[in-house]
Amino acid sequence: MQRFPTFRKGGVHPDDKKSLSSPCAIERLPVPSELIVPLSQHLGAPASALKQKGETLDIGEKIGKASGFISADVHSPVAGLIKDIRKVTLANSVVCDAFVIAVDAKQPVKVWEEQPYAHLSGAQIISIVQDMGVVGTGGATFPTHVKLMVPKGKSVDALVVNGVECEPYLTADHRLMLEETDKVLQGVMIVAQAVSPKRIIIGVENNKPDAIEVLRNAVSQKGYPIDVVPLKVKYPQGDEKQLLKATIGREIPSGKLPIDVGALVLNVGTSFAVYEAVALRKPLIDRVVTVSGEAIASPKNIRTYVGTKVVDLLAYCGNPKERYEKMISGGPMMGFAFFDDQTPITKGSSGILVLDNQKELDAPTTACISCGRCVAVCPMGLQPTKLYKLIEHRRYEDAMKMNLMDCKECGCCAYTCPAHIPLVHGMKLGKKLGRK
Amino acid sequence: MEIPKLYVSSSPHLHDRPTTASIMWNVSIALAPAALWGVYAFGLRALLVLVVSIVSSVLVEFLLGKISKQFTITDGSAFLTGLLIGMNMPPSVPLFVPILASIFAITVAKWVFGGLGANWINPALAGRVFVFFSFTGLMSQYSLPRFVGSVDSVSQATMLTAMKMQIGEPAVQQLGSSAILESIAYPASRFGLSVSDSLNGIISPYTVDAFFGLIGGSLGEISAVLLIAGAIYLMVKKIITWHIPVCFLGTFSLLAWIFGGLRNGMGLFQGDFVLQLFSGGMMLGAFFMATDMVTSPTTKKGMVIFGVGIGFFTFLLRYFGSLPESVSLAIIIMNIFVPTIEKYVLPKRFGEVEKKTKSTKEANA
Repeated sequence: MQRFPTFRKGGVHPDDKKSLSSPCAIERLPVPSELIVPLSQHLGAPASALKQKGETLDIGEKIGKASGFISADVHSPVAGLIKDIRKVTLANSVVCDAFVIAVDAKQPVKVWEEQPYAHLSGAQIISIVQDMGVVGTGGATFPTHVKLMVPKGKSVDALVVNGVECEPYLTADHRLMLEETDKVLQGVMIVAQAVSPKRIIIGVENNKPDAIEVLRNAVSQKGYPIDVVPLKVKYPQGDEKQLLKATIGREIPSGKLPIDVGALVLNVGTSFAVYEAVALRKPLIDRVVTVSGEAIASPKNIRTYVGTKVVDLLAYCGNPKERYEKMISGGPMMGFAFFDDQTPITKGSSGILVLDNQKELDAPTTACISCGRCVAVCPMGLQPTKLYKLIEHRRYEDAMKMNLMDCKECGCCAYTCPAHIPLVHGMKLGKKLGRK
Repeated sequence: MEIPKLYVSSSPHLHDRPTTASIMWNVSIALAPAALWGVYAFGLRALLVLVVSIVSSVLVEFLLGKISKQFTITDGSAFLTGLLIGMNMPPSVPLFVPILASIFAITVAKWVFGGLGANWINPALAGRVFVFFSFTGLMSQYSLPRFVGSVDSVSQATMLTAMKMQIGEPAVQQLGSSAILESIAYPASRFGLSVSDSLNGIISPYTVDAFFGLIGGSLGEISAVLLIAGAIYLMVKKIITWHIPVCFLGTFSLLAWIFGGLRNGMGLFQGDFVLQLFSGGMMLGAFFMATDMVTSPTTKKGMVIFGVGIGFFTFLLRYFGSLPESVSLAIIIMNIFVPTIEKYVLPKRFGEVEKKTKSTKEANA
């Protein structure tokens, strides 16, 4: 039997539940009548509004301008009228201004034609990527143009494309790799053109054998210098630290970035967005969202506009079943629970899940029996139980000394804790209070 | 349409199945075969001891829970403590002994420190050691199982006690553990003798008896094979890992093999450790007492140190101590070290290696 590489330390194996939506081809959501497009869809400073209430918008028109180094532009996905600009709360609890757009019933036909890009320099590519508002679509939403600006004195040895999609339920990247294989690969090559890496690797977990095969065929057909690497399934392999360990065997030191070990990590969804941005000059105005979960009548992978309200997506999937208990934006391990179905989709929304099994999961917390499972599964080599106890006693500084900031809230510890201690919740709280 | 009640909680929104209670009940299940074997070997009297231990443990837990307004008996920990106490009793012990052991275990060892998870010492072990030193006479009267000797189960020293009494005597110089037993005509079962004969005496009948549980001893500790089977069940269920038992038994065997012969005037590397491994509280201690999660380290490295330490102290106490009690004392000694181990033995952080190799590279350059 072939042995697939993976990262070594920690990790868990939750039931991946991907079969709910993995056979469903990407569908396009009919244009909703109203969109809510937030100005903060990325990591960093929110964009500043370029338009006023009452102005009309065209498809792809820029409506928000990046307001700092780490920030990104925002574009209107549709032709329509700005009904209102108001504060909204996003699924991840970020509160920001958002355009409420009344969508014109009759949308003009907009064809995004492919333009030559082979002659573009790295700087030109980066400026286009910036202009098109591309951010990481995996969930962290780091502005892509910032990522592509390799600091002086550093070079990209390996460009690692993240096709892992380790969160249970989510299949958006999987479907993208299957259905838009060539565009994803072209996006990867455009990034390669910008940062000239020595080698290019696509890491895909081997629970997606069809995607691995399709990618390999396309790569050999087109003669791309890309290595498709199947990885052993283990959560959280989609995290860039674990992915780099699994693919190129390097560990990013605490507090450092992939570029510090000569690597650049890019999501397949982001690669696709880069292709659309550079080859079609199409801003990041739509994305593929997995709508799944036990309480969804017919789970789907839907290509939809940024700003689509969750309620529209749920209606398209036949509305949730009568009894449902939790709505999540993102995956079940790191995603955010939210309660308002008027919440909009953003550039980072990989999935909307509706679950009905929370009552049994939210079992009462009992005493820690020091079983050490959280220590064994922590991919960062931390001691969650000790950190939690320190945070409980408000000893934030001591927790910091035990490298609390290395915690990336992947959820392995809380997932595995037999005493149902809300460890991740504690870590989040400790980081917030300890930073002061 | 009625708006459903939505849960809004921190991630993760999935959870692995095992709970504290399921872990505790699984350990009890793993102990059950060995406990039942004890009942079979020593008769219904042994069952009475088990039941009394369990009932008194659970009752004490319930009453203490009443005081602090908690209901904790369903988590299975008190049941498990009671079961372990019962399994650590001589089968014919007066019933007040396990009752006292249970009261001490649950009250002093567990609840005084704050209940489940807060104790530094395994409650069952504390209970056993408490009554052992309080009623050493009663706790040292062992009857033979139904397989050995005459029907009316004569009171008889266990193999370990017998060996211990002889060790260092001029009569048993140059003799290994089994040979010592043979020299004092310690009874062996017919099964053990026949197996030993068919293997041309490579394995002594006493070792066979000890492995299968045809010997005298505390009622739950006699059958090494059933305890090992229970331990394998726990390992498959991923409730215990190999680290503590393997390091414990490995260290003990190594030391007993190298130095064990010295006590009888033999040279180095002459120790007869196989019989030692399967007798006394070794198996029960290694797989079910030392692996108690609350009182053992949480890191793998820490578990290795913990296991090696128990092996070392067990060796010292068994070969050079004056009491037949060794495994339980060794575990308690290492329990004391657990907070220290936890403080200084930290798991390797992600990204730590990279830093070191980088700096050494820079230093070399």
